Amino acid sequence: MITAERKPIEEIMESIRPFNRILLVGCNECVTVCAAGGRKEVGLLSSALQMACMKEGKVLDVKEMTLERQCDPEYVEELVSAINQADAVLSMACGCGVQEVARRFKEKPVFPAVNTKFMGASERQGVWAERCQGCGDCVLGLTGGICPVARCSKRLLNGPCGGSTRGKCEINAEVDCAWQLIWDRLKALGLEKRYEDIMPAKDWRTSRDGGPRRIIREDLAS
Amino acid sequence: MKTESALEKILAAGHLAVTSECGPPRGAVPEKVKEKAEKLRGYVDAINVTDNQTAMVRMSSFAACLIIRQMGLHPILQMVTRDRNRLAMQSDILGAYSHGINTMLCLSGDHPCFGDHPMAANVYDLDSIQFIQMVKNMRDEGKFQGGDEILNPPKMFIGAAANPFADPFELRVARLAKKVKAGADFIQTQCIYDLPRFEKWMQGVRDRGLHEKIHILAGVTPFKSAGMAKYMNQVHEEQSAGHECAGRDDQAHGRGSQGQAGRRRSQPLRGDHTAPQRGERRGRFPHHGDRMGREGAGDREKGRTPS
Repeated sequence: MITAERKPIEEIMESIRPFNRILLVGCNECVTVCAAGGRKEVGLLSSALQMACMKEGKVLDVKEMTLERQCDPEYVEELVSAINQADAVLSMACGCGVQEVARRFKEKPVFPAVNTKFMGASERQGVWAERCQGCGDCVLGLTGGICPVARCSKRLLNGPCGGSTRGKCEINAEVDCAWQLIWDRLKALGLEKRYEDIMPAKDWRTSRDGGPRRIIREDLAS
Repeated sequence: MKTESALEKILAAGHLAVTSECGPPRGAVPEKVKEKAEKLRGYVDAINVTDNQTAMVRMSSFAACLIIRQMGLHPILQMVTRDRNRLAMQSDILGAYSHGINTMLCLSGDHPCFGDHPMAANVYDLDSIQFIQMVKNMRDEGKFQGGDEILNPPKMFIGAAANPFADPFELRVARLAKKVKAGADFIQTQCIYDLPRFEKWMQGVRDRGLHEKIHILAGVTPFKSAGMAKYMNQVHEEQSAGHECAGRDDQAHGRGSQGQAGRRRSQPLRGDHTAPQRGERRGRFPHHGDRMGREGAGDREKGRTPS
């Protein structure tokens, strides 16, 4: 999923300060799962903002809506009925959702209420960790199902640097050394020999380095 | 001979070589480079010039190498993949070689989080093994990494790093093998304090015959103080370094630093280590002597995270 964390309330307050009527829009997908911008978080933020405004002697009108998918034009269309009653939109979706709202409602200011973080997985209750950088040319089949691009701090493709200690990365003892994980997994799979195959320099064009990316499925595109 | 490198000549003739390190200054002060290099004249075969070691901004390795080359000494251009993509690395290699710099060390470099610009983007377009491959192909195939022909290809004698003390230990010989396969000509190891582990690593190296395929320079850094020994014992506890030496700091104290003491001894020596540098960057070493003195033995590039 795409993970996110809510911005500090002060920053959000600052962004909406000039406005009196806010349309606060959550998303029912990834940000709901990572507890950053679903229906529940929309409710909490709405109350927090209204209370903070009250302290400043201002009445903030907040209309709450949570869309099925904020990155999908079909669902963003549901905002049409409410958009005119708002001075600005505050989105709790990931950056994709914020941009879709901005694209659809060109005259309406849209502000993000969360910081979009990474593509990751839930490690345990309340903990999410990065798993994928969307490099566009997946190497997981060669690395035992553990991604060195996303999970090695130096995105090394040919093994651990000298900073690997007892399975941890030198940048932080909380960070697993991706290459220790890869090596353990290759051993478990009986694929140790694969380690010595040199992984050639990566073609980063399939990643962000090639410019903004698109997928066009001719069979589906209208 | 693959190159005109003085280091290659010495190693190819079967001699032991001594290199030492010269960390460029944190300012536009060429005289500092000259001062440090001059101290090494006559004691070492080549001088390692670090590349923004510990991710701290310093005079570029290339520029400092050029100063040292112009003094008639032999610099080893260290280059990390942290700060440059493959275009920048190759253009610097062409530039360095055009100025008679023909020996280099290919490293991944310390993560930016350790340095004075933790907010910087870390590039890592290539890793160190891909970097070695690139420099070898530039030399032997006369081709850029992108595939185009090079006019007068740079003939670099290619060095790499090895850390026998990092984990997982069972990969450490395999990793050297990979660097040999990629085209490295010589290796400079992490500073050695744990001799049993180094010997175990060397045994693995010999078992695979790697010692016949690549020149191995063992890293040595004398302690300058008890504080440094204790600190390194602490930070390297997990990587098994320093234990042997923490009780013998007095012996190191006051002794000539870097390669001087060990020139052409039974082991090739190299003053190259990062633990002092980590201590320095965290401000945790007791300061002995002036800034220049600390830099003399404290500025290390790649021992910490050779890759």
